[in-house]
Amino acid sequence: MEKIQIIAILISLLFLCYIGWLIVKGRLREEYAIIWILCTLILVVFSFWRNGLDVMSQLLGIIAPPNLVFTGAIFAILIYLLHLSITVSRLQEQNKTLAQDIALLKQKLKARDGK
Amino acid sequence: MKIAAVVPAFNEEKAIAGVVSDLQQVAVQNALSLDVIVVNDCSTDRTQEVVSGLNCIALHLPVNLGIGGAMQTGFRYAWEQGYDLALQVDGDGQHPAEEIVKLLAAQRERHLDVVIGSRFLEKKGFQSSGMRRTGIGYFRKLNRLLCGLDITDSTSGFRLLSRRALELVSEYYPDEYPEPEAIILFAENDLSVGETPVTMRDRQGGRSSIGPFASVYYMWKVTLGILFTFIRVKNKVR
Repeated sequence: MEKIQIIAILISLLFLCYIGWLIVKGRLREEYAIIWILCTLILVVFSFWRNGLDVMSQLLGIIAPPNLVFTGAIFAILIYLLHLSITVSRLQEQNKTLAQDIALLKQKLKARDGK
Repeated sequence: MKIAAVVPAFNEEKAIAGVVSDLQQVAVQNALSLDVIVVNDCSTDRTQEVVSGLNCIALHLPVNLGIGGAMQTGFRYAWEQGYDLALQVDGDGQHPAEEIVKLLAAQRERHLDVVIGSRFLEKKGFQSSGMRRTGIGYFRKLNRLLCGLDITDSTSGFRLLSRRALELVSEYYPDEYPEPEAIILFAENDLSVGETPVTMRDRQGGRSSIGPFASVYYMWKVTLGILFTFIRVKNKVR
């Protein structure tokens, strides 16, 4: 086992532990945790399985294996960004309704106190 | 007829008191049962203080929602409190209070759900800059193409809504730059929309919500908004 492989394994295992800790502490919602666990597991698998990248590239017909890493990573990041955009849109909508409700309730309270 | 005049205000400490008192004065002169509802969109100046000192209904938003979200707050209030009609009047003094009579007259005579006050029908008063008018002309064409309505002043925020229209906008109202988009929303929901000539002033204080750099974004945003509203409502109806 080469030095870089040991480093890679250590880092990806540490990352997996960190994700687990975040979930246990309730700081990361499960729905997001799934994605992170998946990503970390892929990292762990490929840091143990050294030829994995070459095998996968050959299987998919990619000549230079690093291109598989970039393509895969960029694709995953794009999908995840879209997911976050959807989440932000939903939160914004909920935030708007809440703010309006607060303004309306404050007015109602004031009107009641005035009487 | 219970009428609500919804006035959205974001940093309008200088103009807001005048706008509210003008509206109340016109209401007294014309024997209207009109309540002024100021929606303070989390202003960072003294607007909250000024508005609280006025004899009107005040809705203070805890976070800044932008003009669409603020207007919707007022519409929701008017809807919940059972107002028959809701006026939309800018908080910066662009819309002279005495002109509301023209909107109300148009509603009474033509039984419209939505009356839009237009600067361009009679070309009197403040006419906006050439750039702005080009944009307004573009929205006019777009709306005509999609819903067959000819609205000369689609960006006008000087409007009168019936209770039917209020029900619709308290459910959904566009967030940013809502005016042109709302027209297609009304038209596609089978509300009758019409215009009546009014005169406007240049703003009395504050700054426009749309700067020169934002105008490109504005055109894109509103075009997309109009198209998506068109598609969304078409799908719902069928």
